[in-house]
Amino acid sequence: MSLFVTELRRLGKRRVTRLMLVLLVVGLATVATAFSFSSEKLSPATVAAAEAKANNNYQNSVKEWQRSVSECEAAAARGDNTEERYGPNCGKDYQPQPDMFEANWYLPYQFDFRAEFPMFIAVFAASVALFGFIVGASFVGAEWNTGGMMNLLLWRPKRLTVLGTKLAALLTTVLGLTVVLGALWTAAFWLIASQRGSTAKMTAGVWRSIGLDGLRALAMTLLVAAIGFALASLGRHTAMALGAAVGIFAVSEIGIRIAVAVLGVQFGDRYVLSTYAQSWFLKQAELFDYHTCQFSQGACEPATYMVTWQQSAVVFGVALVGAVAAAFWTMRRRDIS
Amino acid sequence: MSAVLEIEGLRKTYRSRKRGVRRALDGFDMRVEAGQVHGFLGPNGSGKTTTLRTLLGLIRPNSGRMAILGQELPHALPAVAGQVGAIVESPQFFPHFSARDTLGLLAQAGELPKQRVDEVLELVGLRDRAGERVKTYSLGMKQRLAVASALLKNPKLLILDEPANGLDPGGIREMRGLMRELSENGMTVVLSSHILGEIQLICDSVTIISLGRRVAFGPVEQVLAAHSQGSVRVRLEAVGDLPQAADALTRAGVRVTTEPDHLLLSGVDKPATVSRLLAEQGLYVSELTPVAVDLESVFLELTATAPVPGQHRQVDQSAKVDQAGTTGGWGA
Ligand SMILES: Nc1ncnc2c1ncn2[C@@H]1O[C@H](COP(=O)(O)OP(=O)(O)OP(=O)(O)O)[C@@H](O)[C@H]1O
Ligand SMILES: [Mg+2]
Repeated sequence: MSLFVTELRRLGKRRVTRLMLVLLVVGLATVATAFSFSSEKLSPATVAAAEAKANNNYQNSVKEWQRSVSECEAAAARGDNTEERYGPNCGKDYQPQPDMFEANWYLPYQFDFRAEFPMFIAVFAASVALFGFIVGASFVGAEWNTGGMMNLLLWRPKRLTVLGTKLAALLTTVLGLTVVLGALWTAAFWLIASQRGSTAKMTAGVWRSIGLDGLRALAMTLLVAAIGFALASLGRHTAMALGAAVGIFAVSEIGIRIAVAVLGVQFGDRYVLSTYAQSWFLKQAELFDYHTCQFSQGACEPATYMVTWQQSAVVFGVALVGAVAAAFWTMRRRDIS
Repeated sequence: MSAVLEIEGLRKTYRSRKRGVRRALDGFDMRVEAGQVHGFLGPNGSGKTTTLRTLLGLIRPNSGRMAILGQELPHALPAVAGQVGAIVESPQFFPHFSARDTLGLLAQAGELPKQRVDEVLELVGLRDRAGERVKTYSLGMKQRLAVASALLKNPKLLILDEPANGLDPGGIREMRGLMRELSENGMTVVLSSHILGEIQLICDSVTIISLGRRVAFGPVEQVLAAHSQGSVRVRLEAVGDLPQAADALTRAGVRVTTEPDHLLLSGVDKPATVSRLLAEQGLYVSELTPVAVDLESVFLELTATAPVPGQHRQVDQSAKVDQAGTTGGWGA
């Protein structure tokens, strides 16, 4: 227990932790603030203005159509070929209809909490995950690299306990931050929605779904932090984790994409990591295969492949267990110098 | 006396695909009695740090037996770790923490009271600079911090790998006083150092290692005596008689080194025989003194690392003893 408290304290004292925390909070606050300006609450006046504008545009386009038809008829009377310029029957069949000018196209953007907040949960989770990765990697990486780990092992010779406690301290910190910042984030967007947007149709079921999104986001931040920690511990250097992350990203998002394209693998994106991240947040990701399309036969129904969030859980779970197990195994085995 | 530290037949082999195997420790033995200050000496690369790291559980030996305070290692390491304070070869600290934070975190991990941190900071002379980041410390200040971290637990066994590295003369002398004080209070100290004058001053006993094997061990006086045995300096009333004396002594089976104004003899059992032998030749001795050998020359001889004019000795060029163990039978 004393070791756990020590490690929490050590993590909190680190400059990287503090700096990244400031960046994280400032970044999130900036996004929320900037976003609040882009949303505007709809008042009866704005709705009326939008309706007027839609109607106005409708009238204008009817006038324009009438002018074009009469021009065409005049030209036809002169015996010119109008087919090419005005279409068949002088375009008389294409009279603009009122439903082609919907009022809500002319409305300013209004934030809809129910429909759009889940996307902001993903933005939040990605930010906190990045924080967790960097802080987690440097927490153990710098410790290895500066000899702090060796010093600590002179005091606490149980290596697995030491590494496990450090990991626990990191995950506790990330958990706490995710919960606190997540609550603030939700409150901020709720405020934006209630002041400058819409909080309509927020039933208990919607809240539950948002809660589940939040839980999946939390799991993601913990997972990424743990993997960053494990990679840095394996390589005994912060840079190893960052390098590995860049490498995995390059291989998965670029290398595999190119490879599946060259090999013509169907639904190649199911081998790409970001597909699984996407399906984790959105509960599923649908892949399409447009090669199966017969465009000559009209509208296309491409073959689809569904990646579910459960599949993502398996993929990420395997990655997590693999990285952490490897880190602990080498911790047990390797000489420390 | 009971042994605080016992090592028998310790082996550590580093393997690398490119450079093959390196036997850093090759059947090394060591024994340190309770309450002693024990010097651990050896040329560069002889395996001192490897021994200490192995003892502290940082590296795994290939074979051999180790025990601290009667408890078998590495099995019992967690149990004895609280009683062993150690620094291993210029320890590094997290550069952005202050000395006080660094020690505070260690003390907390070891469940020690907070005021102990200030006590050891005072002890090593860092009190007034303890709030500054370690990054800004000088070499000697870092070394003092390292010693402080080893003393923090108030250990029964203190292991210091080159603690004097970077200390100023005042600091070295202070360290000497500290060692003495600690051992008087019952602490056992193992000290690895290359400053042999220092070792000779403060150590009760020594172990000398060369190429991963013990070449000598025992109380300092015994190790010295074993090698100053029969070394005698002779001066005559007339310097011109020196060659004649050297002749006579050589014929009598004494090893003689001729110096400009005196002779150095070795292998002399009783100095009296020398004066009688010379008197028989009509040569009169003006000085006949047993020569005290210092630890440095014994070390150089035992490890065969004395510089030879015109040659550059490479590391790993040092005495290799038989597997059977140590030459001679000094000490314990
Ligand atoms: N990690 C390692 N891999 C390979 N060889 C090593 C490793 N660590 C040490 N050695 C080798 O083991 C031998 C003993 O090294 P060690 O550090 O114990 O020497 P030392 O007695 O402490 O020397 P010094 O007086 O220079 O500090 C050396 O030959 C060294 O090159
Ligand atoms: Mg060394």
